[in-house]
Amino acid sequence: MTAAELLSVAAFSEGRHAQAFPSFGSERTGAPVVSFCRIDDREIRTREPVMEPDALVIQDVTLIHQVDLFAGLSNEGYILINTSKSFDELGLGEFVRQLHRERLLTCPATELALEHLGRPLPNAALLGGFAALTGKVSLDAISSAIRDRFVGAVGERNVAAASAAYRLVQVAEEELSHAPTT
Amino acid sequence: MTTSPVRFYQVGSFAVGNRLLDDADRTVQSDPHRSNSLDSGHRACQGCGEALGARYALDAAMRATGGQLVAVNATGCLEVFSTPYPETSWRIAWLHSLFGNSAAVATGVAAALRAKGKSDVRVVSQAGDGGTVDIGFGCLSGMFERHDDVLFICYDNEAYMNTGVQRSGATPPAARTATTEAVGPEPGNVFGQGKDLPRLAMAHGIDYVATATVADLHDLEAKVERAMTFHGARYLHILVPCPLGWGSASSDTIKVARLAKETGLFPVFEAEHGKVTAVSPIRRRTPVEEYLSIQRRYGHLFGEHGRPDLVARIQEIADQNISTYGLVDEQPAVTEPSEVSA
Amino acid sequence: MLRQLEGSRAVAETVARCRPEVVCAYPISPQTHIIEAVGALVKSGALAPCEFINVESEFAAMSVSIGASATGARAYTATASQGLLFMIEAVYNAAGLGLPIVMTLANRAIGAPINIWNDHSDAMAVRDSGWIQLFAETNQEAADLHIQAFRLAEELSVPVMVCMDGFILTHAVEGIDAPDQAAVDAFLPPYEPRQVLDPNHPISIGAMVGPEAFEEVRYLSYLRQLDALERIPALAAEFATAFGRESGGLLRSYRTEDAETIVVALGSVLGTVKDAADARREAGERVGVVGITSFRPFPLDAVRDALSGARRVIVIEKAFSVGFGGVLSTDVAMATHDANLSLRTVIAGLGGRAITQRSLEALLADAAKDRLSPLTFLDLDHEIVERERSRMGATRRSGPSAENILRDLGTVASKIG
Repeated sequence: MTAAELLSVAAFSEGRHAQAFPSFGSERTGAPVVSFCRIDDREIRTREPVMEPDALVIQDVTLIHQVDLFAGLSNEGYILINTSKSFDELGLGEFVRQLHRERLLTCPATELALEHLGRPLPNAALLGGFAALTGKVSLDAISSAIRDRFVGAVGERNVAAASAAYRLVQVAEEELSHAPTT
Repeated sequence: MTTSPVRFYQVGSFAVGNRLLDDADRTVQSDPHRSNSLDSGHRACQGCGEALGARYALDAAMRATGGQLVAVNATGCLEVFSTPYPETSWRIAWLHSLFGNSAAVATGVAAALRAKGKSDVRVVSQAGDGGTVDIGFGCLSGMFERHDDVLFICYDNEAYMNTGVQRSGATPPAARTATTEAVGPEPGNVFGQGKDLPRLAMAHGIDYVATATVADLHDLEAKVERAMTFHGARYLHILVPCPLGWGSASSDTIKVARLAKETGLFPVFEAEHGKVTAVSPIRRRTPVEEYLSIQRRYGHLFGEHGRPDLVARIQEIADQNISTYGLVDEQPAVTEPSEVSA
Repeated sequence: MLRQLEGSRAVAETVARCRPEVVCAYPISPQTHIIEAVGALVKSGALAPCEFINVESEFAAMSVSIGASATGARAYTATASQGLLFMIEAVYNAAGLGLPIVMTLANRAIGAPINIWNDHSDAMAVRDSGWIQLFAETNQEAADLHIQAFRLAEELSVPVMVCMDGFILTHAVEGIDAPDQAAVDAFLPPYEPRQVLDPNHPISIGAMVGPEAFEEVRYLSYLRQLDALERIPALAAEFATAFGRESGGLLRSYRTEDAETIVVALGSVLGTVKDAADARREAGERVGVVGITSFRPFPLDAVRDALSGARRVIVIEKAFSVGFGGVLSTDVAMATHDANLSLRTVIAGLGGRAITQRSLEALLADAAKDRLSPLTFLDLDHEIVERERSRMGATRRSGPSAENILRDLGTVASKIG
């Protein structure tokens, strides 16, 4: 839930309306958990789960083939997966070919978290990556949301992870825009 | 407010007998200026032990607190006979909510007083045995566990009297009630059940636990007063015979209560922080028959189809209590019936 | 100040600013974040003077509130579902005694089968208890309603429960303005009890009342709820002036002026319903929405007026009366009984089943063609039901239905949304 909530706080800080909530399935350690975030310039009234996401952030790559994560994803959708593998290695090569290639990225968020935080908590990094990938929210906003939530040194380390992921994704984006379409 | 002249009755050496004492040593009940917390006009049965116990306890509590007292009452005989619509015989601040929640309601009253900076106003919660050991137990245990500043008084007449004498977790073995009839191979309430609330209260480690009966007024009042010197959870368990439910003569209430103590069936003691600190010794050890035989709820144990075996088991319980609490000196038990002044 | 906050947090902060003097609750999903937050405010000294009591059951929680309120303290608690049922004796007791306790009900389904997610069965279980029941559409309204609730409760000597959808509102993070202390103080004066336990002026509270007077005592409580029908809109108007936004009131109408079809509902689903209504409007249909805020007292006249002119009324509700049909529908039917319209009941969202805009739009499309049955269970999987019915028909020892159906569905964890 924390990632979606942080994203909503970041969007709010940029003057937008944002709504974040967990999916209401059984929440326990080890069970798949989904959370949603809506961002809009108008008041958000609906309370339904996000059925047709514009973006998917996948924190746990082991779910990819267990649960239909991609249901409803729009053709213009963004996908950010927490992994150090490639889409092909994940068995998603075919799938991503139908979508806008430059909107689909992987990001080794857990590794970045281990590096900057010393703990495998990928949320901050994923948000930094998300900011770079979609441009829907700024790294500054993400960083201030993180600092609000995690005070002191912990906050700074999370911001560092987010920034590192942001740069990584930016670079990957650049490479993609110069690469021939496969 | 009308005042009725207080009349003293010479009922024996223990109830209101104060005339040879100094004013300072007299009971609260003998004081014409007592608060009369439970005033006359209530609808209790003739000889009701609970009416007696409540009057004694609350007047003592009112004196100990300078009249700064709020009482919470569970559903039961006391609540019903003291507030027959449209009247109330309570002269103190009094709240009745439900059957099982008087301890929790009292917690709320105490919390409100604290929040308002009025902790000098003290709180009493009172209930019968059903509202204490059975349906009230959850809330009572919670109040004990939090150590809330409440004195909980249980008036134990050993069954659900108000609804027609049904068995409770405080009903003693072999006693006849409407749900433990004197029929079959094990007539009356079965052996091996029941909750010892005073010991359960002690197990919670609360400041003060005491048992008392309506036969010893000085003792009861002293215990209420002592209880009020503590700030925290306290428990007072008072044996209150019910002539109707026990099948005893309404003029025998105090005698029956005294016999309960003198046989050892009802140990009278005090405990602080989980340890027994004082015991009220048995003056003249009495065989349980003397106690049981004057109550019709035990009538099936005697006579032509009597059950001396069950009486013997009850005697064992009494003996065990005497031993556990050290209720008599190290002398052989008295076996012939003794004269206990009525 | 507008902040991005979890609904529970906003409610906790707002309740704290209402200066409750005794707060106690027993933990139950999904109310826990509210009580934890209030508890922390008390423990840190930010909310004082206030006693926060950790009780051993919900029955104790309401009982503590009763004792506190009767002693003149402003009392607050919160619960949901099973917890509400566990305290139900005390819930009725509080109303009967006329104690102005305020409680947050984080609406949650009642088991069996055990279910921690949102629906309105808990609120419906106590609709006759004598409590005022206000339903929040958004987290902003949930926070705001608590301020109004304390005023209302204390003015009328009637307890008030603020209903907010469990998880959907309690655990959602959105922009909420939790009013500051000065603003709340200006709106909510200290509690002046009608009856109070005071050793210096002793009274007996909680008498037994026999046949001679019971009807009159109960009728007085009925009159107090009728008074509430006047006070609720008045307080909402005062609130709007003081805080600059609409919150509370008896009900709210959306695009009903020329509506042919009006959807009626309680709580957070109204947001999704409005989006669906707008979509249908785009398609040329004249759809409107009425959101009822005050469920008890039920505003019969206001509902009748709000629905007059519609040809169809669809009541979407998150509870049902087993063996009969809708609960809210019955109240709406009573309000509109002499109007010439068709009333349809749609049971939806039971046990937290998502109510999607797509399903609502399909529903409205069916309604427009007058193809909607009087009673519909939205998005019901008939196949699963039929399979269980066959199982039951085939053998006596068919086993627990819930477990059988879950096995049919596969692992619970794989079902998202």
